[in-house]
Amino acid sequence: MARTEQQSNDRFQGRWFWRYASPAAFYPVAGRIEKLSWALAAILAIVGLYIGFFRAPTDAQQGEVYRVIYIHVPAAWMAMIIYLAMAFWAATGLVLGTRLSFMMSHALAPTGAIMAVIALWTGALWGRPTWGTYWVWDARLTSTLILFFLYVGYIALAAAFDDKKKGDRASALIALVGAVNVPIIYFSVNWWNTLHQGSSVRPGSSSMASIMLTAMLIMTFAFWAYCVAAAMHRLRTQIIEREAETKWVKELVK
Amino acid sequence: MIWESWSAFWDMGGRGFFVWGSYGALLIAIVAELMALRSARKKALESVVELKRLP
Repeated sequence: MARTEQQSNDRFQGRWFWRYASPAAFYPVAGRIEKLSWALAAILAIVGLYIGFFRAPTDAQQGEVYRVIYIHVPAAWMAMIIYLAMAFWAATGLVLGTRLSFMMSHALAPTGAIMAVIALWTGALWGRPTWGTYWVWDARLTSTLILFFLYVGYIALAAAFDDKKKGDRASALIALVGAVNVPIIYFSVNWWNTLHQGSSVRPGSSSMASIMLTAMLIMTFAFWAYCVAAAMHRLRTQIIEREAETKWVKELVK
Repeated sequence: MIWESWSAFWDMGGRGFFVWGSYGALLIAIVAELMALRSARKKALESVVELKRLP
């Protein structure tokens, strides 16, 4: 923890990733990733929604309401994936003491929280016509609600300290401890009796019609690209805020 | 086109409220996030300008 950047710098001398662990070096790279991701997100969303709404047929059991799946499942997956990514960067920050890792972690959290809200909201609106209720306290739904609260707790804790370094470390702990909730969400439909249906997508065997699955996977990549773009934008803002004293940031504004 | 008409499309087999309620919420969330991203960036850049003005 007390390792200074200089010491770490010596330790990793010559490794390519070290160069991009510097906020100043990663700032322009993040900008390029952001632009590419916005474009990908828009194109994939148009294609995915077109297939999902104008090519995929009506579901034999559920009728048209199943079309919520094209955003419900991608949002739920992204809520879990972003949490894991956040925990990964928090751990990297704790171990290596890299400033950029904590910023990455902070940049992901709000988008992850939004994904959790979307998963819960669309799940409620899908549950009402198919299960007869907006909400039940079953394992899948409850653990996803806990995921949302973990995001909120993380964001609140990161912002609660005047000393940014304390906030970085305290929130990193929430990210790490809360990560155990992600496998609980994922396997909840197998471990407990739940109203929520089991996984319809498994490696090798999926229970969905292939055109529906295609649309859902394209939408998943669209969501993924959107989340990357939003996180990169937020990361660049964080870099500007935290490096405001440096010459290169001052040169960004005229 | 798999829909008989645009009104059949918007009706979603009588489940329009649930389908469009989901997609509408997503749209609102995305617009809100984009606005928040924009205003946070603006604020950060303004404080750098502030900082520069100090001797």
